[in-house]
Amino acid sequence: MKIRIHHPILIASILLLISCGGKEEKKEGFGIDRSKSTEKSAEAAPAIDQVPASQRITLDDKGVGQIKDITLDAEINKEMAAAGGALYKTNCTACHKLDKRFIGPSPIGILERRSPEWIMNMILDPKLMTEQDRCAKDLLIEFNGAAMSNQNLTVEETRSILEYFRTL
Amino acid sequence: MKKYTYQLFALLGSALMLSSCGNQNGNSSSGALNSSNAEKVYVAPGEHDEFYAFMSGGYSGNLTVYGLPSGRMFKEIPVFSQFPTSGYGYSEETKPMLETSHGFVPWDDSHHPDISQTNGELDGRWIFINGNNTPRIARISLTTFETEEIIEVPNSAGNHSSSFVTENTEYVVAGTRFSVPIPQRDMPINEYKGNFQGALSFISVDPEHGHMDIKFQIIMPGFNYDLSHPGRGKSHGWFFFTTYNTEEANSLQEVNSSQNDKDFIAAINWKMVEEYVNNGGGKKVPANYAHNLYDESTHTATSTMKKEVLTVNPLDVPGAVFFLPTPKSPHGCDVDPSGEYIIGNGKLSADLTVHSFDNMIAAIEGKKFDGEAYGIPILKFEDVLAGVVKSGGLGPLHTEFDGKGNAYTTFFISSEVVKWKLGTWEVIDRKPTYYSVGHLMIPGGNSRKPFGKYVVALNKITKDRYLPVGPEMEHSAQIYDISGEKMELLYDFPTHGEPHYAAGIPAELLAPKSKKIYRLDENKHPYAVLTPDQARVERKGNEVHIYMSTIRSHFTPDNIEGVKVGDKVYFHITNHEQDFDVPHGFAMIGQNTSELLIMPGQTKSSVWEPKKPGVWPFYCTDFCSALHQEMQGYVRVSPADSNIELSWSLGED
Repeated sequence: MKIRIHHPILIASILLLISCGGKEEKKEGFGIDRSKSTEKSAEAAPAIDQVPASQRITLDDKGVGQIKDITLDAEINKEMAAAGGALYKTNCTACHKLDKRFIGPSPIGILERRSPEWIMNMILDPKLMTEQDRCAKDLLIEFNGAAMSNQNLTVEETRSILEYFRTL
Repeated sequence: MKKYTYQLFALLGSALMLSSCGNQNGNSSSGALNSSNAEKVYVAPGEHDEFYAFMSGGYSGNLTVYGLPSGRMFKEIPVFSQFPTSGYGYSEETKPMLETSHGFVPWDDSHHPDISQTNGELDGRWIFINGNNTPRIARISLTTFETEEIIEVPNSAGNHSSSFVTENTEYVVAGTRFSVPIPQRDMPINEYKGNFQGALSFISVDPEHGHMDIKFQIIMPGFNYDLSHPGRGKSHGWFFFTTYNTEEANSLQEVNSSQNDKDFIAAINWKMVEEYVNNGGGKKVPANYAHNLYDESTHTATSTMKKEVLTVNPLDVPGAVFFLPTPKSPHGCDVDPSGEYIIGNGKLSADLTVHSFDNMIAAIEGKKFDGEAYGIPILKFEDVLAGVVKSGGLGPLHTEFDGKGNAYTTFFISSEVVKWKLGTWEVIDRKPTYYSVGHLMIPGGNSRKPFGKYVVALNKITKDRYLPVGPEMEHSAQIYDISGEKMELLYDFPTHGEPHYAAGIPAELLAPKSKKIYRLDENKHPYAVLTPDQARVERKGNEVHIYMSTIRSHFTPDNIEGVKVGDKVYFHITNHEQDFDVPHGFAMIGQNTSELLIMPGQTKSSVWEPKKPGVWPFYCTDFCSALHQEMQGYVRVSPADSNIELSWSLGED
């Protein structure tokens, strides 16, 4: 957890509280009441920012990059999905866990929020995407500025990871 | 600044006086000319240089990579010396690279890089370099720019006339500067004469993988074998070595090795010797030397001690070895691109001696000998001589070629480069160097196809060329434009260590194949973790193996408990990045070794022996992302008798 302290007087008063605290209520560390910085900035920002980027639905956004148009077959290609699952495990799980938000978001449900093209462009060239795609840029901010790594995957490999995401 | 220069000039009096010709400050060109020279070495931001230049590191033991014409340094490649920057020679994987028959030797004196050739032209696969002090030859990949192999050379001492490759990289050749007792034994030093010998080693290079193996050693009379170069074109199959101390003095060589008016260039018909050993010739003798090989797929080196070497007595292969008398302790030994001219530069002479290969063959066929030395025929000086370059300079050392019929020779004592014409021996131009030049380098200048646009002079004395930094300073190189009739001094740049020789190659031959990352799916390191869920900690007695992975910007795991005082903790770290130029570093507080710098897809290991209980931090040393400062972790170390279980985690509440 990242703790940002803006107010020296606030710190001083907290420290004071700790030093005078009752014996039976032994505190470990310290906590600060604060509202999330993203929520704060949302007040003044345009409507789109009111929803955190991770929860926005941007299915019309194909992103920026070499993938312009993808048509998904109705049926999931199991072989391709299995290959994609293996690649996901090697290249992505350091930051993306299925069961929780980690360094980056979980891919579960991503196809309900992002277009297939956007997903592939994000994997293939995250730097370009965070520079030029609004949603990718906002996600970078929402996830503490932890830039997504370019894992040098081919279009074919990336496509198979997309297929794997369809199985989640 | 000006005042400062004058003061230094006073100090420099003696050095400058040695420079025989005028134009001593190099600033005499007009302003307009200076600005055009500036343009010639200017490589605009983001643009690339035209040539790579690989400079030997001398006493740094390494090899540095520069761009020409800009003189910008790109990389120091660790070869014979431990290199804490990357962990080379400190990491468990690379410690074996520095093993020798004398044990772990963490340093050497690297001298003469030479790029592999095919048909006498640079092919850009590997670059070889010699360790002079504890005789070794290294092979460096020119796709990873990392040292891949080091072979020790037995029976050798002062591995100086090395490491030059034959026309198709059949052999990389290593000659001994010191003659020594072979095999080594306890004997009086003053019985040197007639008892010490010099080994010339022909190390075969596997054409596919580059792996080196000593094919044979020619055991020569006890002279000093100073430098060498292969024949090329019509003289391909021969190798030429300069010798000095044919007096076989064992003390005060400064005087005693300079008595003979002529020493020799030894001409070796290695193809004949090769045929002789291929037919069972030669004598296998006991030896002990290290062969260290780095495997790119396991990112790990292994060291093997070899126990035997094949030696050849030159008298057993008649017609394979001859001596060409050459005046005044010749140093440089260079062969022109056609293979006809063999140039021996008598370092105590004013003139250059040029031998003719055709004359040599004719003299051998006519059996016109002028006696023998230890049974090896000596050819008549006049019979093999092609010509003499009367240069007027002092102390000629080394010669390179531009492929347009010209040769360029350095003069150490008179501190200049002299351009002369092959065949007519006339001096065309001479330019001073600052100061006291040793080798010089034209890209491809010792091959059949030189790229004669620039020559770089590698100077031995720097003195006032740069802002002063105390008594110890870097050496200085100077680049000259040689595209015209006259040489034009363009630029000075400092070089790291003490570059002796250098090798240059057009950038277009190397840049496209330079590796960007190591592929994770090709990583065969036994301690690699290829997916983060394999990250773990294992205990084997008092050894603790931490299998760790990294990606921007965290270690997996980053909290480790259950380590005890007295444990030997191995960090095996795999960098899961697959993007160009995203290394991660690893440093552990109080660790008695260097950091690790781990390239994308690579695994490296280092050992930590914690001495005190506590919670000890480690962190990433390479600024990897905006969250680099967050890339850190802790190891809890408990007393030796504690019963804390091993555990590890990342981001668990």
